[in-house]
Amino acid sequence: MADEKIPRRDAINYLLGAGIGALGAATLYPIARYIIPPPASGSGTSSVSAGKVGELKPNEGKIFKFGNAPGILILKPGGDPASALSYAAFTAVCTHLNCTVQYRTDIKEIWCACHNGHFDLNGKVISGPPPEALREFRVAIKGDEIFVSSEEA
Amino acid sequence: MAEKNALYKWFDERVDLVNLEKFLRHKTVPYHRHSLWYYVGGMCLYLFIVQVITGILLLLYYKPTAEAAYESVQYIMTEVPFGWLIRSIHSYAANLFIGFVFLHMFSVFLMKGYRKPREITWITGALLLFLAMGFGFSGYLLPWNQLAYLATNVGTNFAVMVPFVGKWVLEFLRGGTEVTGATLTRFFGFHVAVLPGIATALLGAHLLFVQRQGMSVPISIEKEINAGKAKRLEIPFFPNFLYRDVVGWSLAFGLIILLSSLFPWELGEKADILKPAPPHVKPEWFFVFMYQTLKYVPKAVGVFGFAIAGGIWVLLPFFDSKSNRGEFNRLYTIIGIAAVVYMVVFTIIGYVAPGE
Ligand code: HEM
Ligand code: FES
Repeated sequence: MADEKIPRRDAINYLLGAGIGALGAATLYPIARYIIPPPASGSGTSSVSAGKVGELKPNEGKIFKFGNAPGILILKPGGDPASALSYAAFTAVCTHLNCTVQYRTDIKEIWCACHNGHFDLNGKVISGPPPEALREFRVAIKGDEIFVSSEEA
Repeated sequence: MAEKNALYKWFDERVDLVNLEKFLRHKTVPYHRHSLWYYVGGMCLYLFIVQVITGILLLLYYKPTAEAAYESVQYIMTEVPFGWLIRSIHSYAANLFIGFVFLHMFSVFLMKGYRKPREITWITGALLLFLAMGFGFSGYLLPWNQLAYLATNVGTNFAVMVPFVGKWVLEFLRGGTEVTGATLTRFFGFHVAVLPGIATALLGAHLLFVQRQGMSVPISIEKEINAGKAKRLEIPFFPNFLYRDVVGWSLAFGLIILLSSLFPWELGEKADILKPAPPHVKPEWFFVFMYQTLKYVPKAVGVFGFAIAGGIWVLLPFFDSKSNRGEFNRLYTIIGIAAVVYMVVFTIIGYVAPGE
């Protein structure tokens, strides 16, 4: 290393290049960080009220807001509206291309209209293009309020 | 006349008008049986200018937030005098613009206008097509209606497939993990500042190269001329070519006004996260061929396939060495026609296929 001679011009060019590079990085880094937003305060949502007991009749579903994304709450056919076990809740965001799914009372399935994706009441794919099951939420009843939370059910 | 001359002299002393006049008089455009296609690029330019003007007018009343966007467009449509007309022109001209950009690109492709020395003109043009689609995609969300909300959800979701940094690209596009008001505000920024800035620079380069190099003559015509079977004909750009341009622009403007008056652009219902997707959700028409393809092939195959095809398409002049040597390359003509047929057929299937 000691006997390796660097011509003066090369050394200066190298320092100049490194200086410009450092300046560029110091300019771009804050910009790159700036354009990706910080985690939103609402996006860590873990539990929301999805509705009231009695709002849904057996074999009915509704969409509720889970943070900034839609969720779907279903009172299973023949289920008791007062028992948390009668409900099923999932993200309503289809695993295929992100359309919002809905509950079809006629076929008792969750259905995505975008490309005809069908899910059963456990969120599993029955048919259509969705590659995986809908993420399930846990349902709890406190008083007459139905709470849905994102811990795995 | 004397007055005009004084003014002319005043400018001429400062910016050498004589030179400009000489230049305008000498600029010519080749004239042969395919020269109709030379007007398509000018049509794109015209429609772009229509977009800039009507876009700026919309900006006077449009409000880019989830709370106010829909209502502000409603206000433009119902209260502002001729607001319905300005918005409808902006929307129809946007679609016509993209249609003409596709037409321009495929006509250049089939005439091999990209061959040496016009590679850079082709590359800037291909990037302008992507920008035009970006304009369409970002503009579509701005009225904040339900269809646009869903289409943006679906469209931006493909960003997660970008290798390694997909999650960040998604958050960059959406301004968060979901499509919200933050997405709308971002898309507004893209639509009225970022994209117009880039588009103006690319368009400037595109036109500069066209200007420096003149129009290319298709290889088949070149051969006929060289074999003495045809004469090399040209018409002056100014005024002959420009007059014909203006005829085309007037026809397009008439068509846009007619459509805007008979069928003012729809607004739809306000975006509501609590509404499920209706059947037959579709992106804008120029994305439909890709969207339809994704119903038949696995998502990853489709998305990476389109990304690679798009990349090759941009760099195409570097692959077609035969055309670069001035020889007719039948294979590329077939590829071009196949691409058009594929896009047209899949777009039609996307609109008529039952049961989805
Ligand atoms: C190539 C150029 C452009 C294309 C293809 C394009 C396309 C579109 C489209 C499809 C919409 C949605 C129309 C609707 O449903 O209302 C839109 C809206 C809008 N555009 Fe553009 N645009 C272009 C240029 C511009 C420019 C240059 C500006 C402003 C400087 C602008 C400002 C706006 C605004 C404010 C809206 C929202 C108002 C509305 O939705 O009615 N656009 N644009
Ligand atoms: S988005 Fe649900 S099936 Fe395609």
